[in-house]
Amino acid sequence: MEITLELIVFIILALFICVSAILAATTKRILRAATYLLFVLFGTAGLYFQLNYSFLGAVQLLIYAGGITVLYVFSILLTSSEGDKAPELKSYKFIAGLVATLLSLGICLWVMLRHDFLPQHFEHGELNVRTIGHALMSADKYGYVLPFEVISVLLLACIVGGIMIARKR
Amino acid sequence: MEYTILILLLPFVSFLFLGLAGMKLRPVVAGAIGTAVLAVVAVLSYTTAWEYFSAGRDAAGLYPTLMPWNTVWLPISGDLHIDLGILLDPISVMMLVVISTVSLMVHIYSFGYMKGERGFQRYYAFLSLFTMSMMGLVVATNIFQMYLFWELVGVSSYLLIGFYYTKPEAIAASKKAFIVTRFADLGFLIGILVHGYYAGTFTFTPAATTLAAGVMIPLALGLMFIGGAGKSAMFPLHIWLPDAMEGPTPVSALIHAATMVVAGVYLVARMFPLFIGYAPEVLHWTAYIGAFTALYAAVVACVQSDIKRVLAFSTISQIGFMIVALGVCTSNDPHTGGLGYMASMFHLFTHAMFKALLFLGAGAIIHAVHSNEMSTMGGLRKYMPLTHITFLVACLAIAGIWPFSGFFSKDEILTACFSFSPVMGWVMTAIAGLTAFYMFRLYYGIFWGRENRELHAEHTPHEAPFTMTLPLLILAAVTCVAGFIPFGQFVSADGLPYTIHIDGSVATLSLCVAVVAIALATWMYAREKQPVADRLAERFSGLHRAAYHRFYIDEVYQFITHRVIFACISTPIAWFDRHVVDGFLNLLATATNGASCLIRQMQSGSVQRYCIWFLGGALGLTILILFIC
Amino acid sequence: MIKMEYYLVVSTILMFVGIYGFVTRRNLLAMLISVELILNSVDINFVVFNRFLFPEQLEGFFFTLFAIGVSAAETAVAIAIIINIYRNIRNIEVKNLREMKW
Repeated sequence: MEITLELIVFIILALFICVSAILAATTKRILRAATYLLFVLFGTAGLYFQLNYSFLGAVQLLIYAGGITVLYVFSILLTSSEGDKAPELKSYKFIAGLVATLLSLGICLWVMLRHDFLPQHFEHGELNVRTIGHALMSADKYGYVLPFEVISVLLLACIVGGIMIARKR
Repeated sequence: MEYTILILLLPFVSFLFLGLAGMKLRPVVAGAIGTAVLAVVAVLSYTTAWEYFSAGRDAAGLYPTLMPWNTVWLPISGDLHIDLGILLDPISVMMLVVISTVSLMVHIYSFGYMKGERGFQRYYAFLSLFTMSMMGLVVATNIFQMYLFWELVGVSSYLLIGFYYTKPEAIAASKKAFIVTRFADLGFLIGILVHGYYAGTFTFTPAATTLAAGVMIPLALGLMFIGGAGKSAMFPLHIWLPDAMEGPTPVSALIHAATMVVAGVYLVARMFPLFIGYAPEVLHWTAYIGAFTALYAAVVACVQSDIKRVLAFSTISQIGFMIVALGVCTSNDPHTGGLGYMASMFHLFTHAMFKALLFLGAGAIIHAVHSNEMSTMGGLRKYMPLTHITFLVACLAIAGIWPFSGFFSKDEILTACFSFSPVMGWVMTAIAGLTAFYMFRLYYGIFWGRENRELHAEHTPHEAPFTMTLPLLILAAVTCVAGFIPFGQFVSADGLPYTIHIDGSVATLSLCVAVVAIALATWMYAREKQPVADRLAERFSGLHRAAYHRFYIDEVYQFITHRVIFACISTPIAWFDRHVVDGFLNLLATATNGASCLIRQMQSGSVQRYCIWFLGGALGLTILILFIC
Repeated sequence: MIKMEYYLVVSTILMFVGIYGFVTRRNLLAMLISVELILNSVDINFVVFNRFLFPEQLEGFFFTLFAIGVSAAETAVAIAIIINIYRNIRNIEVKNLREMKW
């Protein structure tokens, strides 16, 4: 297996994602967890870029990293005071969670690595934004106008619901 | 004669109105409404009787059986159906007259007697209900309708006995009456069903299939007689009637002397064609039961000290006479062995009048001295002359002295008994003598004899008010003349006219016995000192005590129900029910409860714990699929 | 060449780290962050399968696109609820949310 630049970049991204994710799930300070989440999202966006889905990567950066993380940070600042730390975990819960997770992870990896996936590589080539736009707005087969409209309604409902729930009475 | 339906509807409407709106009315208004309705009903009954008997006989020389109303109420199968309607024939018309007369008298009388009682309106409502049910019973077109109204009569009797529902004895008495008659009615119901099944009809006339049913028809008739025996207080189902005297006295006069208790006699008379045609042995058995009851009740009546109890036992005894008269019939023809039917109905008629009179008189006396016990009375003739005279008339009538009504009907009964068998005749004559004896013992005990001077000085007895004496006078007048009614012209076993003629020897015999008995009673009880009676009571103290306690029949019932049925059957069943049946269900409930408590622990509400369980489950399934399957 | 399995390994690790966080964290916001990790791993899976197996059809691509939108909506509502809870009980620890148990 020759070592290419692509592979090196992938390995760096993968390590970055995994370490950030583990830190996000284990750190005691909640604001740091949000920051590590941001790193994970960046890494994921990098993966998308590497897969030649730059539109998706851009969306990931815009919505996730730009919108949702900011939302997290604001709500964390609203709900926790300076220097809040998560309490020490009770050991039995920690062990139960860890064992269950590791076991499941092991099983999944074992199953996945034993399986032979047919294509060894993918065709490079950027996805045209025009194609995406046409597919989104098309009502034919492989057209996504209905989910598009549904999600717009969903977002509207979310805006209204969020205001309704969070407003002061 | 369609207006006869009003005889049933009017009291019913009155019952509903008084029962629902009674408490809003003033007692006098409520009573006046009830009495006015009853007066209308009485007029209607008399009109019915007049029209019915003046319409004359048909070609066969019979009074026709009319059914102004009859509707199919409950079809059961092709030709078996339960009807509701009105049937008019000589005996039902006769009963209409009796019931409405006595009921009207009681309504008027109650104005004085029940004055100021709590629940005066309720009392009149119940009286209306009773009158309606009793009328419905006598005009029933079939056995099932009769049974319906039979039960309604039982209910209103229960309600009226328990009228003073704050008195424990009254409640116990009403329950006793209801339960004992219910047990008897069970026999009646089974009898009706057996008869309906085998004869294929509920009507009173024998159907073509009746003969083919063989032994089942006598069985059905016997079972029906059990129901009749319960209502008519035949031995050994008589125990409720003396206790029923806890009710108001006018109620005793109406229900427990004149009308309801003769329902059993009426039932046997109704079924008479079937009895005589298919089950004469059963009919004769009823005669033996009736005779024994008459004797038993007469003996007990001789020693009772509560005047209403004496009258209650005398009622039982007289109903025994009526049953005997029916039972000794051997054919349909009054000239050869069918005389008893007419005699029984005649005695029912006259007895209703004079027994109602006796009870109403007793009510007036109780009203005056505020006690039922004979020891508080004595010498009352000075204080209550009207009551005294009417009571004497009734006593003479029940004792069978010419020219009072009881003489004529009792004479017919005795004639019928002698023609059945001399033994029966002599026994019944002796009982008639006993009747005269205990009635005059009662009479002397109340109006002559030892006067309870201290009590009377303290509280001077007074004559009853006009509303109470008026019914007494009317009934006394009826009692004097009722014997001269040519009863046989209207009612007889085969429906043909029958001219009553007094059998000289029997009449002489019964008169002599009655006079001797009265003389004996006079000798023993009329004076202030009663050495003979006291000495006799001491000499035969065992017998006296046994008779006073009604030969311990109640105790026998008590023993059977408590020691045998309750202890040996009910208690184990109750134990089984409580511990095994309930225990099983409780076990189910406890197990469910425990299991849910256990499961509830898992329902912790913590999403994270759910997540771990979910993960564990998914893991387990995956492992199962991967490595085992 | 980067094999498909490598991407899948990354997404699986991300997935179970997210589950671990969801199970063990006590803070509602931290749990929500873990949920985001899980969502991300799923997104990666969709994209990878699409890219490698069905490059012509773009179903996984659009699924991811919509999943991002839905997760934005979900986050907005969840945070609104959490803020509401905070307003009521002055903290957002799961162990204090016992009112609606059973």
